[in-house]
Amino acid sequence: MRTLTLTAIALVLPAFAFAQDAVQVDGSSTVFPVSEAFAEEYQIATGNRVVVGVSGTGGGFKKFCRGETSFSGASRPIKTEEAELCAENGIEFLEMPVAMDALAVIVNPDNPLTCMSVEELKTAYETEAQGKIDNWNQLNPEYPDQTLTLFGAGTDSGTYDYFTFAVIGEEGASRGDFTATEDDNITIQGVSTDPDAIGFLGLAYVEENRGRVKPLEISYDGGECVEPSTENAASGTYQPLTRPLFMYVNKAHLDEMPNVEDFAKFFFDPAHAIDLVASTGYLALPEAAFVAAEEKLAARKTGSFFDGGSKVGVTPADLLAAN
Amino acid sequence: MTMATEGSLGAAVQTDQTAFDAVRRAKQKDIVFATGGLIVMAIAMTLLLTLIGDLVIRGAARIDYGFLTSYPSRLPERAGILSAWVGSLLVMLVTAFLAIPIGIGAGLYLEEYARKGWLSNFIEINVSNLAGVPSIIYGLLALGLFVYGFSLGKTILVAGMTLALLILPIVIVSTREAVRAIPRIIKEGAYGLGADQWQVMWSYIIPAARPGILTGAIVGLSRAIGETAPIITIGALTFIAFLPPAPVTPDFPLISFAWLNDGFTVLPIQMFNWVSRPQEGFHIAAAATGVVLIALTFTLNGIAIWIRYRLRKGYRN
Repeated sequence: MRTLTLTAIALVLPAFAFAQDAVQVDGSSTVFPVSEAFAEEYQIATGNRVVVGVSGTGGGFKKFCRGETSFSGASRPIKTEEAELCAENGIEFLEMPVAMDALAVIVNPDNPLTCMSVEELKTAYETEAQGKIDNWNQLNPEYPDQTLTLFGAGTDSGTYDYFTFAVIGEEGASRGDFTATEDDNITIQGVSTDPDAIGFLGLAYVEENRGRVKPLEISYDGGECVEPSTENAASGTYQPLTRPLFMYVNKAHLDEMPNVEDFAKFFFDPAHAIDLVASTGYLALPEAAFVAAEEKLAARKTGSFFDGGSKVGVTPADLLAAN
Repeated sequence: MTMATEGSLGAAVQTDQTAFDAVRRAKQKDIVFATGGLIVMAIAMTLLLTLIGDLVIRGAARIDYGFLTSYPSRLPERAGILSAWVGSLLVMLVTAFLAIPIGIGAGLYLEEYARKGWLSNFIEINVSNLAGVPSIIYGLLALGLFVYGFSLGKTILVAGMTLALLILPIVIVSTREAVRAIPRIIKEGAYGLGADQWQVMWSYIIPAARPGILTGAIVGLSRAIGETAPIITIGALTFIAFLPPAPVTPDFPLISFAWLNDGFTVLPIQMFNWVSRPQEGFHIAAAATGVVLIALTFTLNGIAIWIRYRLRKGYRN
């Protein structure tokens, strides 16, 4: 009986207790450290509440386009079908670049290799390679006759989406028979213990594991070998594995909810935003980008600059233009 | 005569010999089986202890007052699990309140009242099957039904209801088994003395089955506390740096249910998030969270064992 009453109370309650005052942030796990940093500092500074969930870029957009969340982190630009879903539900959004991230290709420290070309990476990971490419000398006749073990980010991650897009040319078009994991620490573990291994992951993981794995320089389009580093990502020379990270903001929520607008202003205030982004291991955009973002926010400029998908070769200057 | 004696003696010796051989073979088999069992148990225990030991070695030093009373943070050394353990505890509270009474009620009804027939067989098979359904399925069901169907949102209440569904089959099956294990003599004796069905139920069956029922309930809760998949599916948060409103208020009516409608996170999600971060400091925090989670589970089990022991003693006297 007591349970019945409780259940009854519980079922009636939401009707009048649904005033959720916390700002709702969701989206990509890659952007999560950034969202977390801002949510934490904002709450300390103002006492206002911000909560952050992790549903992945795609899962985040599903909630965002239903109007459930006010902010959605994304490790790639919004796709056409996602933007259409938003439009169907009457959700207008602002697309705000927040940081740059780089992907790194890593090998075991015992591997003498220092540089690889994008074409060789494509040969190793493309769909046609499945069951056929299993030796380093198949990538390049100069490489040793040595078994090739492949690691990489799992298919649900934005890291995988961007890697396949940038290296293979089509999002999601990779071989299926490599060790794919949603946890980049597993890739570190695998590559650090296997001299035959190669893998790809977010640059932040490489920085934390210097010595255990060796990041390779990348040669793009027959160009020079470029080392993966935040500096090279910032200058736009480390291509094609540099990608922008975004925060999408619901315009109606900005207009109607004061705490959403307040948090958005905090998010793009160059006075502390640059340091906060940098503290998460990502590359902060230059101050001009944040100033432009503030103006974009004030002007409520909606829509996506990227027209339905990732682009290779985006530099911070492009993102500035996007604002 | 001598021949005969010798002959029968020889036969006796021979029979003795075969008997000895048979006994020896049986003993050998016994030793092989026992050794095999010992090895298997040693492997299982070593694995378990290695896992726990690894967690404790890496995480125990990180657990202090600050860790238990701080919110998550982007800085590993500042991060704590306050919102996570409070969330876990509140979700467990809802789960226990829903799953235990409903599960016990259903189990008692199915075992004692329901007419035995194809329908009750069908239900029995399905309840047993439900106990083996992967937990993510319950998460998807809850997302569609509770979160969107009933528009309850991603709240502590919904998480509690989801986990209650998940462990309901465990509670029902263990209740039925506990009732089935009661000697018939007790029941028939009570009926023989003229007790009606309700009196038998209340005064004999429920008290006798209580330890078994309780074990089932705790096994269920111990499973629920470690579940991540269904909770993530219904949309639990990862970063939350405040607590739900307190269940006890200074004003009338002194009890508040507002916490049921708050967002939340739980220990396994916090742990999962930290494990996948690049910084070593977060890995240590994740190990520490694991230790807290294991300690919580052990405490739950410990309470169950203690209550069961008390109840058994009470029943025998």
